[in-house]
Amino acid sequence: MPFAHIIALAVKEFLALLRDKRGRYVLIGPPIVQLLVFSFAATFDLNHVPVAIYNQDTGSASRELISHIEGSPNFEIIRSINHDADIAPLIDNKDVLLVLHIGPNFSADILRGSSTPIQVILDGRNSNTAMIAMNYLRSILLDFNRDSMKKQGQTGPRTVLEIRNWYNENLQSRWFIVPGIVGLLTLVVTLLVTALSVAREREAGTFDQLLVTPFRPVEILIGKAIPGIVVGLVESTVIILLAIVLFKIPLRGDIGALYLGIALFLLSATGIGLMISSIAVTQQQAILGAFLFMVPAVILSGFATPIANMPIVVQWLTYLDPLRYFLVVVRGVFLEGDSYALLFNQYWPMLIIGIVTLAFAGWLFRHRMY
Amino acid sequence: MIANTASRMRLLGMIRKETWQILRDPSSIAIAFVMPVVLLFLFGYGVSLDAKHIPVGIVIEQPDLATRSLAGSFSRSEFFSSVLYSTIQEAEKALDKRDIEGIVWMRNNFSANLLSGRQAPIGVLINGVDSNQANITRGYIQGTWLAWLSHYTEAHGRPLPMPVTLEQRVWFNAALSSRYFLVPGLIAIIMTLIGSLLTAMVVAREWERGTMEALMVTPLRIGEMLAGKLIPYFILGMGGMLFSVVLAVWEFDVPLRGSFWLLTLSAALFMLVALLIGLLISIVSKNQFVAGQLAIIVTFLPAFILSGFLFDINSMPAPVQLLTHLVPARYFVAILQTLFLAGDIWPVILANMGALLVMLIFFFTLVRIKSRKRLD
Amino acid sequence: MTQPALVLSDVSKTFRSGGRLIQALSDVSFQIQPGRVTGLIGPDGAGKTTLMRLAAGLLVPDKGNIEVLGIDVGKDPIQVQSQVGYMPQRFGLYEDLSVQENLELYADLQNVPRQERPVRYKELMHMTGLAPFTRRLAGQLSGGMKQKLGLACTLVRSPQLLLLDEPTVGVDPVSRRELWQIVYQQVQNAGMTVLLSTAYLDEAERCDEVVLVHEGNLLGQGNPQDFSDEVSGHVFQISAAHLGARQLQAQLSHAPGVLDALIEGETVRLVMQAQAAANPDILLPGESGVKITPLTPHFEDAFVAKLKTRPDRDEQKLDLKVGISGQIGDEVIQVKNLVRRFGDFVAVNNVSFSVRRGEIFGLLGANGAGKSTTFRMLCGLLPASSGQLAVAGHDLRVAAARARGSIGYMAQKFSLYSNLSVLQNLRFFSSAYGLRGKRQSKRLHWALTTFELESYRDANAADLPLGYKQRLSFAAALMHEPEILFLDEPTSGVDPLARREFWAWTNALAEIGVTVLVTTHFMAEANYCDRLVILSDGEVLTQGTPREIKDLARNTANPDPTMEDAFITLIEQKKTAA
Repeated sequence: MPFAHIIALAVKEFLALLRDKRGRYVLIGPPIVQLLVFSFAATFDLNHVPVAIYNQDTGSASRELISHIEGSPNFEIIRSINHDADIAPLIDNKDVLLVLHIGPNFSADILRGSSTPIQVILDGRNSNTAMIAMNYLRSILLDFNRDSMKKQGQTGPRTVLEIRNWYNENLQSRWFIVPGIVGLLTLVVTLLVTALSVAREREAGTFDQLLVTPFRPVEILIGKAIPGIVVGLVESTVIILLAIVLFKIPLRGDIGALYLGIALFLLSATGIGLMISSIAVTQQQAILGAFLFMVPAVILSGFATPIANMPIVVQWLTYLDPLRYFLVVVRGVFLEGDSYALLFNQYWPMLIIGIVTLAFAGWLFRHRMY
Repeated sequence: MIANTASRMRLLGMIRKETWQILRDPSSIAIAFVMPVVLLFLFGYGVSLDAKHIPVGIVIEQPDLATRSLAGSFSRSEFFSSVLYSTIQEAEKALDKRDIEGIVWMRNNFSANLLSGRQAPIGVLINGVDSNQANITRGYIQGTWLAWLSHYTEAHGRPLPMPVTLEQRVWFNAALSSRYFLVPGLIAIIMTLIGSLLTAMVVAREWERGTMEALMVTPLRIGEMLAGKLIPYFILGMGGMLFSVVLAVWEFDVPLRGSFWLLTLSAALFMLVALLIGLLISIVSKNQFVAGQLAIIVTFLPAFILSGFLFDINSMPAPVQLLTHLVPARYFVAILQTLFLAGDIWPVILANMGALLVMLIFFFTLVRIKSRKRLD
Repeated sequence: MTQPALVLSDVSKTFRSGGRLIQALSDVSFQIQPGRVTGLIGPDGAGKTTLMRLAAGLLVPDKGNIEVLGIDVGKDPIQVQSQVGYMPQRFGLYEDLSVQENLELYADLQNVPRQERPVRYKELMHMTGLAPFTRRLAGQLSGGMKQKLGLACTLVRSPQLLLLDEPTVGVDPVSRRELWQIVYQQVQNAGMTVLLSTAYLDEAERCDEVVLVHEGNLLGQGNPQDFSDEVSGHVFQISAAHLGARQLQAQLSHAPGVLDALIEGETVRLVMQAQAAANPDILLPGESGVKITPLTPHFEDAFVAKLKTRPDRDEQKLDLKVGISGQIGDEVIQVKNLVRRFGDFVAVNNVSFSVRRGEIFGLLGANGAGKSTTFRMLCGLLPASSGQLAVAGHDLRVAAARARGSIGYMAQKFSLYSNLSVLQNLRFFSSAYGLRGKRQSKRLHWALTTFELESYRDANAADLPLGYKQRLSFAAALMHEPEILFLDEPTSGVDPLARREFWAWTNALAEIGVTVLVTTHFMAEANYCDRLVILSDGEVLTQGTPREIKDLARNTANPDPTMEDAFITLIEQKKTAA
């Protein structure tokens, strides 16, 4: 009998959600657009960074260095300048991100085998971009140094760094961001579905109608949780497929481990959504409540900025954020090939968040004061 | 003259009413005051792209002078917190478990090879999942290693001049602190929240509650109604801006190198654009749920992702870059980052303000066309 | 004659709603004269609101021309809007502003000169009785007070033409009387012209003239007395010695030649077709002690006679098999010393009553009297602050879910799933009560046919006409054949025809032993109840049978008081006692 109850409730929830054109649109349109735009837009990789060269040297060494830079896809030389005074306007006006200044004695110094400095002037307004550009430049210079030392038959110490990157061998931002978007969009859609579900019924008066029927709160709770979980499941599956097919993100781990993570994450997101919905008196409050939760949850999840860089107090706060755990699961399974055992510590906190929030939401159904 | 005083009376009446409502509505307060504080503190203190104390594993298979001095370089660096391992297997296990982000591996014949002039490569393994952090980690490892190398060769009487060394001079943000660029950009986000999200929902609420109908049958002109809505939220938004600037400068120590008045002027321009978009959304949707959704999708998310606030616009694919030109926050973020960190760079500021002005005119015309004193 | 205040010539207006074209008004022409109160009367969906909005310049007609005070509305709406006052059905009070602040806002918007304001405010506040509440937020006023404030805001600058769209809907009798007094004052003192739409037909008689509209067409215009005169000689009061009013009405409504049969206390008011004679042998064959007296017709009689197109529902078709678990006359609902506080505010103060099985029990009172709060506590939706209550022996708030299976509940406002179809709603609520398989499909069929919902079965509930929405709610509450039925303001906002239909069903339910607890603010509907409680300010004002309560107001001046008279007498007594 309770089973029939839950089916009836879940069917009703689905109909309420999907019969409305606007409701369908909100579930399908924005997530796909967001996936596409964000996946392309959200990247820390730099391509074609505009560079100006201020070369006072006339020798061949400087030309060779410049050709190294020209050969890199990361940089694009858009200007050559001849005066100190030209530097400031270029940087100030954001025409170039950096100016490479090669002194007049560059080639001569290199021929003599002595060390010679070159100067980089960087626009630090976006510190992250500046730092990444600097790293690219350092790598180019390291190669250049090795080449020119070899040419001169110098034998320095034979130590080099043999760098290998695990899991994301070519360090593509997209491999990091797209699995993150799986988590982000799943959270957004699930919250939207659930955060309004109780508030909308309260505003329409149907919630009272529901409470006077023989349904038990726990049945209503499960009935309301099912659409959130099912929609989230479908949505995340679509996004995962797109990630694999369109963005060619490797799926290295056990798909079961991924779906266990998705299920637990959906449980916790649904719980939070229903809790917000039960606390809210109006739909407006529910939307704003979901928004007030969502923004910090995304920022604190490690989606774009590492949790390790946060102050310790803020790091504690992230333990309350289910997205934090889920992102580790998605990235772990996708890129690192993690399986159940390695992810155990991500699974159980999501389960606990889910159970606590769902229990609280169910309790609020009947005990909310007007 | 009479018409003028009448018009002023109606306008002041609307403004007063909006002000009372803002002050009494908890959701306005939440968006206009709570959210900015949360965001400012999250970005000011919480979120950072600057890695410090990256956990790295140092594998020393055979402890001796050379390996210990390299390990010492890492443990002294503020960028790393190093953990010593004696076998690569142990370290790899730790990397697998995400206990460490990278491994520096010196094999057991490292020192012998180094001294005898044979090849003595150092293995470096980095967890590349977060590619941005991996890049930064790699840069720091290379830097630490180079510093150690020149020190080591010098100590052994065989100084090794690098043919070319890099002297970096970072303008505007010498310490490359990410807070300096995140906090100014955030002001654009906060003003988008107040200008578009809040305004869209508040006006939509008038439609939903039927108060719009009562307003419409008064002699209130449409222009007065729009101005009556715009002015209070404009003040609220500028208040939010001022509050954020104060917090940025005094609490987060972000320098304000440009002119404050220029900042205010461009903020005013941006605020008007955001408000007009908010009004437009509410006129089109007439319903709080749709207005809220639209405002988040059309204004808030683009301001976050496509404005250059966090992600570099130059690195986006060309079609997406084109798309960013439709995002007003893009222009304002550029102005903000320039005014705060670089100063009054006129070409940058004028170009971006010009773009905002074009948007202002466009949206103003659209709002005028779309808003009529009619119900159908 | 002077220039008319409002002239409509051949006005048509259509709307598109849910893909269908709705003809709200078709070729309507009429004029109203200045300095009078004109009533715009018609059932739901007649086009009253559309007409008001057109006159206020908020809508533009598809065809035709409207002139207000000699100004063409289509050409200069702003000019019109600065001379008319318009109070929409849901007046746009800002609930988060205080009474005074709302007044100030509208004074600003209407350009009332500052020096005139203090006098005007004082006058309006005095007139509406809101003077003690100027600092209270509008959202915290009762329904009647909100309506009066809305009117005050509309009148803040004395308009020449006042348009009022159903100003008295959901307002208690005392407030209604006060609203009317204000309107009359404006007409007499300021020479204002008033156009007022209403669904209360007794109010039509207070108008100087009425305009009758139905389904977008003008049916007639004239003095209300002229309308009533049309049915003069066809209205009777009838009583039978051995029949209760309810059975009497049930029988009469199917008798040949009867247009309308309405319970009035212990008797039935009868409107006959023009050709039919009120012959007791034809009306009530085989019944003895039948007394028939002719009555002076009311406007309502004429209205019903004009609009009633189909015969009353045949209650026998309400084919319900309710398992009644006890004796008729047992106490099924007991309420003892019930109290409910919200902060400092006592919404329900020490209320006690009991309801016997098989009776229709009414909970009467103005908005804010505590009806709905009491009701919600009985249904287990709200915990009581103190006191005891039991429904069929259970406190529904703590009882097992199954205990709720024996009650049916119809909420105050339409509260079914608006974007689910009629059939989906019914199916959902029937499975909520455990109906499955064959029994479920049988009940679904029953609901669709009994309430004539078949043609709407796949329409979204939101798109139904108001009367059908109400039928759907009623059907949903009856799917599981409950033995106790809770109805919260079931007839609020419903036109007189639909109200009659609804009460016919309710009566039929009571006849088969279903206990009905119903709240209403229509005092006239109290006559349908076996017993009732009148609440005021959270306290029981009085309780008893309708006759007992009316007796309280019976005196030589008023030998045959209505329930409304009784209510107002009691309120006044309470005031003087306080």
